[in-house]
Amino acid sequence: MALLEIKDLHARVGERGILNGIDLTVNAGEVHAIMGPNGSGKSTLAQVLAGRELYQVTAGEVLYNGKDLLEMAPEERAQEGIFLAFQYPVEIPGVSNMYFLKAAVNAVRKQRGLAELDAMDFLNLVQEKMKLMEMDQTLLNRPVNTGFSGGEKKRNEIFQMAVLEPRLAILDETDSGLDIDALRTVAGGVNALRGPERAMIVVTHYQRLLNYIVPDYVHVLSQGRIVKSGGKELALQLEESGYAGLGIEDVEEAVGRI
Amino acid sequence: MTVVAEQTGRWLDQFTQQPAAEPWLKELRDSAFQRFLELGFPATHEEEWRFTNVAPIARTQFANEHLNWETARGSLPTTFFNGKYVAAALPEGVSLGTPEDLKAHLGKYASYHNHPFIALNTAFLRDVAVLRIDRGAVVDEPVRFLYGAAETHPPVAAHPRILVLAGAHSQCTLVETYAAQGKYFTNAVTEIVAGEGAVVDHYRVQSESTEAYHIGILQAMAGRNANFTSHSISLGGLLVRNDANVALSEGTEATLNGLYIANGQQHVDNHTQIDHAKPHGTSHELYKGILDGHATAVFNGRIIVRKDAQKTDSKQTNKNLLLSDDAVINTKPELQILADDVRCTHGATIGQLDAEALFYLQSRGIGKGEARDLLTYAFAQDIVDRVKIPALKDYLEKVLFEKFHEHVG
Ligand SMILES: Nc1ncnc2c1ncn2[C@@H]1O[C@H](COP(=O)(O)OP(=O)(O)O)[C@@H](O)[C@H]1O
Ligand SMILES: [Mg+2]
Repeated sequence: MALLEIKDLHARVGERGILNGIDLTVNAGEVHAIMGPNGSGKSTLAQVLAGRELYQVTAGEVLYNGKDLLEMAPEERAQEGIFLAFQYPVEIPGVSNMYFLKAAVNAVRKQRGLAELDAMDFLNLVQEKMKLMEMDQTLLNRPVNTGFSGGEKKRNEIFQMAVLEPRLAILDETDSGLDIDALRTVAGGVNALRGPERAMIVVTHYQRLLNYIVPDYVHVLSQGRIVKSGGKELALQLEESGYAGLGIEDVEEAVGRI
Repeated sequence: MTVVAEQTGRWLDQFTQQPAAEPWLKELRDSAFQRFLELGFPATHEEEWRFTNVAPIARTQFANEHLNWETARGSLPTTFFNGKYVAAALPEGVSLGTPEDLKAHLGKYASYHNHPFIALNTAFLRDVAVLRIDRGAVVDEPVRFLYGAAETHPPVAAHPRILVLAGAHSQCTLVETYAAQGKYFTNAVTEIVAGEGAVVDHYRVQSESTEAYHIGILQAMAGRNANFTSHSISLGGLLVRNDANVALSEGTEATLNGLYIANGQQHVDNHTQIDHAKPHGTSHELYKGILDGHATAVFNGRIIVRKDAQKTDSKQTNKNLLLSDDAVINTKPELQILADDVRCTHGATIGQLDAEALFYLQSRGIGKGEARDLLTYAFAQDIVDRVKIPALKDYLEKVLFEKFHEHVG
């Protein structure tokens, strides 16, 4: 059984259709890259999978581990092992990163029938993962993402992922805003989590990240549909001939050519 | 008899049965009661009381207070209980005020002429907690004023009164706490004078029962270069009106912080007034409200900058979080600026919990109820962070945590 099976998924905001029939199957152990120009619906797909109610699913179905994913509340999805690294992580003043993370870890553990971590075990876990992400310890006592730089926010996302150890990780433009060193660290954190029982969907506009997180499959999204799928060489092809080479309009790219 | 006369007349028996007082006090009480009879209870057509209907108070026959106060429990630092000094020793630098202090200062700041509840309080003056902080004294230990009532039938009315005279360049912390059970009426008036260069940190923690009526008035007079801060934490009460007023002098810094949390049928009204009378004053005001159920609240923040008060710097913020569709807030800044070289900013917000933040928490496995609680708690956090007494801060964190964790577990 596939870990994730998306069939003919349609979603919209208000009157506007954004996803127009997505089909995608992801098996445990695989890494899928989803590429596409800005506005093609990558984040919408990621958010719909995580359960954002803002987007209304109008047709299609999504099976996760054989279960109807769309029936599940966002927190249930997380407890069942889905993790979304946000393109724009949300600032939450007044809630410390530490408290937030502990609540998250224990919610997920509870669902898995594990006892809550005591303060000492939690701290050990967190310190180990912070080291992996080369993160500054003081970030733990600061409010969630509040006043973090763009890079700190992205690191914080992957750090949370490392702590929560999801079965299906969806990374939405985790590379944007990172310098090359930070990109290496973040990719290292992601790669450390790769394994036969886990799968990842890596959403990115640029090929750069895929040099570090090498995908098994690459899909190109345009106007809410997957218009082309292939192996990792597809990303390289995109790098050379651009989205235009596939007959896809990308304003940014067009501007870049001027 | 008219309705008004009938309502004020209810207090006549109690008034005449009061124990005798010295002539100056008797005179003060008499004229205050006279004024109360003239003013009557405020009606909602009066601008100051537009959203707060005190009819439930006006219609109730209350019993005389003095039989019904509990005795203080445990050993607390410097403690007044219903105005009576009950703890063993006053901290160094603090003394009980003299009758001369009373005569010279009582009622000079909280004027009963235009405020029926101040008039009523003054008419029933008996146990006044009056304190003097020595000039230059630095008092670390908070001075606590505890007010509580035992449940009685008919309900009891109490008129606590506090007068604190903080000498020049002194520093002190004052904590008023109101908490009891059942139905009763607290009508408290506090006058604080901060002398030149004095630093006064004042707290008012109102945890009355949800059947209680509570009127709490603070009138502070802060002298030259004094630093006056008041924190108003309003958690309980069925019908609550807080007036927090401070008058500034030259170079004075004044801060008013407030947190009001109401649920069910609770109504809480915060009227504040910051009066910049002299140049170079600074004031900061941050009031935050969390309303759930059918709760209603009012914030009215008046800032006066008088003609002389050039170079005034004043900032007012009121933020409200509405957790239910039935909760209502009326918020209004009221700026009266007569000087031209000043900086005054104000802003008010009314909002719900941030949907994006909720989703972010949920996407990490945190249940919706807990996520809501967490964000609600976080909303109040910056007011709690401003509390400088560690024990009080811990207490508030605990209370808020319990209030906003009803969905968990
Ligand atoms: N909340 C929203 N309201 C209205 N339009 C939206 C909303 N979210 C996304 N869209 C629109 O949907 C399209 C796809 O957006 P998005 O999924 O963010 O694309 P991508 O991540 O590929 O850049 C865009 O045209 C965007 O403007
Ligand atoms: Mg996007």
